[in-house]
Amino acid sequence: MKISVDQEKCCGAGTCVLLAPSVFDQRDEDGIVLLLDERPAEDLHATIREAASVCPGVAISVSENA
Amino acid sequence: MSAPSFPGVRATGCPFDPPPAIQELQAREPLTRVELWDGSTPWLATRHADQKALLADRRVSADVTHPGYPLPTEGRRVSLSFILMDDPGHARLRRMVTAPFTIKRVEAMRPSVQKIVDSLIDELLAGPKPVDLVQAFALPLPSLVICDLLGVPYADHEFFQDNSNILINRDRSMAEKGEASGRLMGYLDKLIGAKLDNPGDDLLSRLTERIAGGELTRAEAAQMGVLMLIAGHETTANMIALGTLALLEHPDQLALLRDADDPALVSSAVEELLRYLNITHNGRRRVATEDIEIAGQMIRAGEGIILANDVANRDPDVFADPDRLDLTRNPRNHVAFGFGVHQCLGQPLARLELQVVYSTLYRRIPTLRRAAGLEEISFKHDGSVYGVYELPVTW
Repeated sequence: MKISVDQEKCCGAGTCVLLAPSVFDQRDEDGIVLLLDERPAEDLHATIREAASVCPGVAISVSENA
Repeated sequence: MSAPSFPGVRATGCPFDPPPAIQELQAREPLTRVELWDGSTPWLATRHADQKALLADRRVSADVTHPGYPLPTEGRRVSLSFILMDDPGHARLRRMVTAPFTIKRVEAMRPSVQKIVDSLIDELLAGPKPVDLVQAFALPLPSLVICDLLGVPYADHEFFQDNSNILINRDRSMAEKGEASGRLMGYLDKLIGAKLDNPGDDLLSRLTERIAGGELTRAEAAQMGVLMLIAGHETTANMIALGTLALLEHPDQLALLRDADDPALVSSAVEELLRYLNITHNGRRRVATEDIEIAGQMIRAGEGIILANDVANRDPDVFADPDRLDLTRNPRNHVAFGFGVHQCLGQPLARLELQVVYSTLYRRIPTLRRAAGLEEISFKHDGSVYGVYELPVTW
């Protein structure tokens, strides 16, 4: 699995950080998403899919076979 | 057949459930026309999946100045800051106020929120009973927290609570709302003026730095201040009081929460009460800027759209047995905070306050109970945020 984030689409709601704080973080100045780990371990994959699905700005993309 | 009127009326004796006439549409006509107060007939989307798709669609606008935007009541087409604007204007303003609401910054507030909750409960226990939980607890907590965060003196709470009550009541006249809004804007403007000279460690002071730097006008800053002051206490206060009433009406669920010393259950309980109660009961409102084909229908450019998030949160395709309050289900995909780039900015703070309240109040007052019949309690059917006007309790 490979993750990418679109900081332009991000609205800083923090839903991804709440779910997977080892993979996502927020910029201190405006809460915009920071990707900490673009290839997370397999035990996190289900959580990452959920984070992408609940992201209000649809700013998280997941490539399953990359 | 004429379009059903929106918003609908809740059934007698079912204060926690959406209006039946609207909820029924979900299975029958999930995207259909409804009639509003002014005779206009925008689309109403009731399914969870359609709402998420529409709220994330860039062809769907939150711009209240668009003539097709469905107004909840008579009012001027003027935006209260970024909530009724589209990007890039929306993102420009929202990003100026996001910093204190990041997950890390909010989590760091947990000890101070716990301290406020503990001392409010100390005062409750030392005071007379029965007592109105709204005035004695549900309203002061979020008000104290948002005042501290913004840099607004809590001593002025009666002034801004009275005026925000006028602004969020759908039965108040346009003139009354205009006056209340003017008073709040004047108040925030004065406060911002003072902070320009003497900045403190608060969000309004951070905005004055942007005014000084030419990034933001003083009027824009005052508007954001009004928005956050209202949004920061009304919503959470209603979730505390209405949530408590819902738990008192579901004693098995209340017992579960009270007896389990488990942060995961508390967190799940907060999400479930947000889903089940969905206090923003007038729907999210939008207007299509292009033709959109969805749910077997064609929404034309310029037509209004309402997303009934209370009904989406009862969608059986997403939540099993959706009308049942089940604190263990952890429904993290609810849309109580909305969806799309306008999703609630303050949600981490709302979650924190509710987690602290729900994990403390019923444990410290285990015999808490209603001091009035359910039929005597006055619900905010006329509010843009649902809840109870008063909740007399004793123990």
